[in-house]
Amino acid sequence: MQHLLPLFILLPALGFIISLFLPEKKETLISRTAFFTVGLHLLGAIVFFIYWVIGDRDPLNLKDIVLYQSSDYEFYIDFYFDKITATYLLVGAFLTFLVTTYSRYYLHREQGYKRFFNTILFFYIGYNIAVISGNFETLFVGWEILGISSFLLIAFYRERYLPVKNAVKVFSIYRIGDVGLILATWASHHLWHENITFSKLNNYELVHEHLTSHSMIGVFISLMILVTALAKSAQLPFSSWLPRAMEGPTPSSAIFYGSLSVHLGVFLLLRTYPFWEQQFSIRILIGVFGLFTAIITTGIARVQSSVKSQIAYASIAQIGLIFIEVAAGYENLALFHFAGNAFLRTYQLLVSPSVVSYLIREQFYNFSPRQRSVENSFPKKIQYTLYILCLKEWNLDSIMYRFFWNPFKRLGKGLDFLTVKRLLIFFIPAYLISFFCYYHRDLIPSHVEQYLPITFSLIGLIMVVKAFTERKKAILSWVLIIMNHFWVALAISFNEKYKIDESVLYLSGIIVAGVLGYFLLYRLRKLESGIDLDQFHGYAYKRPTIAFIFLACCLGVSGFPITPTFIGEDLIFTHIHEDQTFLALCVTLSTIIDGIAIIRIYARIFLGPHVKSIYEMAYRSS
Amino acid sequence: MTSQNTKFNEHEVLHELKHYLPAQAPLKDFIHHNTLHAFQYLKFFDAIRTASEMLGYRVSLSFKEYRDLYENKRIKSEILDRTIIQRKGAENLNEWREKVLHKEYHSPGLPRIGSLKSNWKRHYRIDLESLVHPILFRILCSYMDQGISIWTFPVKEKNFLSSIREMERNSFSSIFRTKRAKELLLKSTCEIPDLLAILVGDESLYKQYLFDQQFAHQGWSGMVSAVEDFPGTLLDTKRISTHSLIVLELLLEIDALDFQFKGKWEPLSGKIIEQPADLFAPSEHTEISDVMTIWQEAFEWSYYDEVLAGIKLDQSQNKPDESIKNKNFQAMFCIDDREISFRRHIEELEPDCETFGTPGFFGVEFFYQPEDGKFYTKVCPAPVTPKYLIKEFGNSQKREKDIHFSKTSHSLHSGWLISQTLGFWSAFKLFINIFRPSMGPASASSFKHMDKFSQLTIENKNTDDIENDLQIGFTVAEMANRVEGVLKSIGLVKDFAPIVYVIAHGSSSVNNPHYAAYDCGACSGRAGSVNSRVLSFMANHPEVREILKVSGIMIPDETQFIGGLHDTTRDEIVFYDENSLSTQNLESHSHNEVIFDKALDSNAKERSRRFVSIDTHESAEKIHERIRVRSVSLFEPRPELNHATNALCIIGRRDLTKNIFLDRRSFLNSFDYQVDPEGQFLVNILKAAAPVCGGINLEYFFSRVDNQKLGAGTKLPHNVMGLFGVANGIDGDLRPGLPSQMIEVHDPVRLLMIVEHFPDVVLKTIQIIPATYEWFINEWVHLVVVNPETNELSYFKDGKFINYQPLNKNIESISDLTSIIESHKENIPVYILK
Repeated sequence: MQHLLPLFILLPALGFIISLFLPEKKETLISRTAFFTVGLHLLGAIVFFIYWVIGDRDPLNLKDIVLYQSSDYEFYIDFYFDKITATYLLVGAFLTFLVTTYSRYYLHREQGYKRFFNTILFFYIGYNIAVISGNFETLFVGWEILGISSFLLIAFYRERYLPVKNAVKVFSIYRIGDVGLILATWASHHLWHENITFSKLNNYELVHEHLTSHSMIGVFISLMILVTALAKSAQLPFSSWLPRAMEGPTPSSAIFYGSLSVHLGVFLLLRTYPFWEQQFSIRILIGVFGLFTAIITTGIARVQSSVKSQIAYASIAQIGLIFIEVAAGYENLALFHFAGNAFLRTYQLLVSPSVVSYLIREQFYNFSPRQRSVENSFPKKIQYTLYILCLKEWNLDSIMYRFFWNPFKRLGKGLDFLTVKRLLIFFIPAYLISFFCYYHRDLIPSHVEQYLPITFSLIGLIMVVKAFTERKKAILSWVLIIMNHFWVALAISFNEKYKIDESVLYLSGIIVAGVLGYFLLYRLRKLESGIDLDQFHGYAYKRPTIAFIFLACCLGVSGFPITPTFIGEDLIFTHIHEDQTFLALCVTLSTIIDGIAIIRIYARIFLGPHVKSIYEMAYRSS
Repeated sequence: MTSQNTKFNEHEVLHELKHYLPAQAPLKDFIHHNTLHAFQYLKFFDAIRTASEMLGYRVSLSFKEYRDLYENKRIKSEILDRTIIQRKGAENLNEWREKVLHKEYHSPGLPRIGSLKSNWKRHYRIDLESLVHPILFRILCSYMDQGISIWTFPVKEKNFLSSIREMERNSFSSIFRTKRAKELLLKSTCEIPDLLAILVGDESLYKQYLFDQQFAHQGWSGMVSAVEDFPGTLLDTKRISTHSLIVLELLLEIDALDFQFKGKWEPLSGKIIEQPADLFAPSEHTEISDVMTIWQEAFEWSYYDEVLAGIKLDQSQNKPDESIKNKNFQAMFCIDDREISFRRHIEELEPDCETFGTPGFFGVEFFYQPEDGKFYTKVCPAPVTPKYLIKEFGNSQKREKDIHFSKTSHSLHSGWLISQTLGFWSAFKLFINIFRPSMGPASASSFKHMDKFSQLTIENKNTDDIENDLQIGFTVAEMANRVEGVLKSIGLVKDFAPIVYVIAHGSSSVNNPHYAAYDCGACSGRAGSVNSRVLSFMANHPEVREILKVSGIMIPDETQFIGGLHDTTRDEIVFYDENSLSTQNLESHSHNEVIFDKALDSNAKERSRRFVSIDTHESAEKIHERIRVRSVSLFEPRPELNHATNALCIIGRRDLTKNIFLDRRSFLNSFDYQVDPEGQFLVNILKAAAPVCGGINLEYFFSRVDNQKLGAGTKLPHNVMGLFGVANGIDGDLRPGLPSQMIEVHDPVRLLMIVEHFPDVVLKTIQIIPATYEWFINEWVHLVVVNPETNELSYFKDGKFINYQPLNKNIESISDLTSIIESHKENIPVYILK
């Protein structure tokens, strides 16, 4: 029976690929493709589920394809099915089915009708990979697809300023979550010395044994999982992204941010529950985060005067409660709560435009000027203080900037002296010398050699920080990003015995995508005379093809699972030892910022209001 | 309007600023108006050119769109040539035709608005807007909120600034990040010039700075300004003003700058090297603007000419006075362009009937209070302030509730329960709503406006019967006055049929924040059902009829007036007080009902040609069912197309255009020049028709040509703010104007008003009221007069009437309309109906 599991991914993938090739004007064809893909998927899921329920109801596990194998490393795709999968699969299929049907008419004549259904199907692939995944690596594939499809849907109205700005914002928070997952994967390689499957985590003794001998690394993995779950489920301190993600058409907001996407953090916790179940402190921590989120965001929800942000914060508060339920071990309750919350919020968002006629009528017949809420009984000073705090969302939105991005920006400013020329003058000889040294490692004193990986990864980090903060030259930024990967590869190759083909695997995708991307930017600069990164340019408006290919390049360079670089990235991390926290930190940071810098280039150049058609664009504030 | 003054006069500047800001009221009172009303003192083409340069609006179609229309013969080449000759002279025809058809033009440079304020970014590298707007919008929305938030603004009794001051004074937290701004708020009087001195420095720049600042979020500023001018438009009234909005915004800007630069920064004027372009400088003709003018005129006249040719041909063939003496029934409708096809179908099914058009409040102006209603609702044109109140009693309708809108689902503990119980019910409801849509408590339905079986307090027997300064009901004399006014203005003064229907209209929709825009504009965005009942009651009143006899209007005793409501979305009709009909009339009424029902089916079929989801070839009944389902479908952003494609307003007898197929593009106001030889009633008709029909037309015009800045953009991502406006996302500016789903099929042409009377009378009439005259003399509305005796057409231009000869000589005659309707999705040309 488990052999059927890949079908749940292949079907939406097939639908997605077909939908890519349909002509833009054929609305019926496009929506039918989505309708049948998701409909068939729903039907399949129901039948599969019934079979499974009346059968033995044992969890199913399928080790599918081995993508890469070396003596001590194996990268494979694994699928898993149990009641958690079943719940998420069914709720997801049901809601996506309803929303695609809904959108078929709702989006009629909308520019980007095809783009919308493409992205929905793309999202659906990612969602299914994530919920059926049987190990961290597979989960990560789904996770990445979800991140990028989220970005694309938030920025669906790509010619307006705010959607694009918010899409980049949400993406950067997702990126933090992604890296939590990378680090969790890295640490678990070292804990288990294999790519552990979720199925094996159910083995209580096995987990217990490993955790007793490596308690620190166990805590580390759990913490990373927690960070990822917090970011994805918009818990504190990340909560402010969720209402800001409501920029696309209402049905997409309803399904992504009202229901499916935002509950995936819960999924991750449920999925890894057998692992952290035995770490009491972690359970307390998860519960505390859930509790704080529930209380704070309820307050924020109560002061919201726009309907979508009210639903968003109310939903976050419920997810906070689900976190508590998961931490307390009430798995069934959590699943039930997830489904109910997902349905409720989807529906509430879909009918949110009706709120005007309904509530105005209510107000007309039931208005009382002296209506009070609970808070009015608080002492005045407390009341006003809390109100203002809730109105400002407890400054959650600016915290990320103040404590995370701004320090990097300041650092980047210190690197203003770097120009393309100076960089190349430094990069080529330095890299050649290092490369030479790699083949003559015996020439280097060992106490120098042990510092080399860190030094190289630091150089990479500096490059990527510079790329992230560059305001003028897009091409410089792009080149820096690519150089970063070279330094990382070099750093790792000095770290231990390392086969050159692994580097080739890692760099192959980057080189191809990087060169192509360079060429596209170069061409665009010729066509449009000058491309800086100081503002959004919106060139996708006039040059959609270049924009589309460049997006593919961005995905390639950022290690998206379309090139071998993706496996290489995982490989790189396996070569970082468990005691090399600093090196891991450097590489992780550069991976986070690298991804954001790439999306930033794409957004600044291709998205936003088209600078040369100001009269056709909306105001910035709208 | 004046050039840059060095002295800053706050009162004057604020007044001028408010004049330029969008004037749209909150959603529940959505009333169409000329979006560019601030420029109406200029001639149309000068006005739109100025607006474009000043505020960055697009004010016409793109040249590509015009050229495509030309390719498709929608703009006719002979009309284009004529327009060029008129504008540029016959000798330049070829040169200009080449320019118009082929020359490539580059888009103009940056608009003037925003050029001063953009210096913050250029010279200080600070993005002031993204630091100030989100918190500013949030405070505004929370203060004005009408019922979304659960925990409402804590200080309600005071005005906007005082409320914030009160909260800031008694709080450990602050909306500001730094000290100075907070202290300015708490310890100074916050005079705008003082704050501007800190921020800008140079007094000559103040005015432009405030314009730049407020036009960076014209939606919010416009809403604040509208609420300031008409506080009653929010049921939960709020005391907010443009002045206080500016003060708060200036404080927030000072705060943001202090925060970013740790208090070390200079006023903006210190860093400005070159003076920004004067916002109010007059705009010059350019070749581009001339080409645009030519295209727009040619586009408009390509259609007008067809219509005028049709009228001329038809009138010359028609022998006047073939009207039927014994009519089965007469029916009055609103002038609304959505009623024209309905009337046509009724007339086709029952040749022995007569239909009339008059603004849908039927000349009776009052406030209406439904039973249990806590407020009064105005049901007459927006500029009128009525002195009367009509109350409903005996309402048996139950108001349904929907727990999905209940705020308890947003609190923590009840949310926990609700999401696990109701949540599953939502899944079921969503499923049902998608596959079997039906009317629910969330839908806005015109039939909910008043219960069919309720009673109204129409007659006032004691003039002391007053509530909140409003007289309850009308006295007999007041009633007679109003009935006479309506009947004379539409020319119905003799040959009354046994039944006279008074049919108001309203609409139904679901998931539609703009629902009020779909209702009757003459009733301030409400259904007109109460008005239709009120007028019928008045006209049936024996004492009223006695008075009317004195004025020469003899209504036979057997004639009865009866009210009704046509739902334009669902194509349904309801009649009121049917039991008051005499036995004989009741019998013919049931016969007439069948006709109305059939006409509604046909009307639904005719409307369906614009809807992709419906196959127009199906039978009328089947299509009608689909139309009804469509009106309650959550996922249908186009329940109906409202006034889209409107282009004409015909003021004259029905016979003038009865045989001409005008699609659904014309307002029809009945008027008989014989009843009103001096134009007394015509004055009142024009006084209402110019701003109402012209306003609707221009709102559609501008929302269509610049849907991003003058319209609301696509409605799909809209988020409801405080129940009074919509915005994109949660941090966006309010979006006034019409969403793209309402205007996409609209052809942006100005309104052509066609009046059947003598040119000299009309010329005299339009000049009586300057505000009305402005519409015509400045060409915001075109005016053509049909001489009822000679059938000559004359066009109003530069203060006089000029004879007009249509270029079209042949207008096709058709007998089978159905096949035309079934085969056209786009606008249908003018035909003569056989």
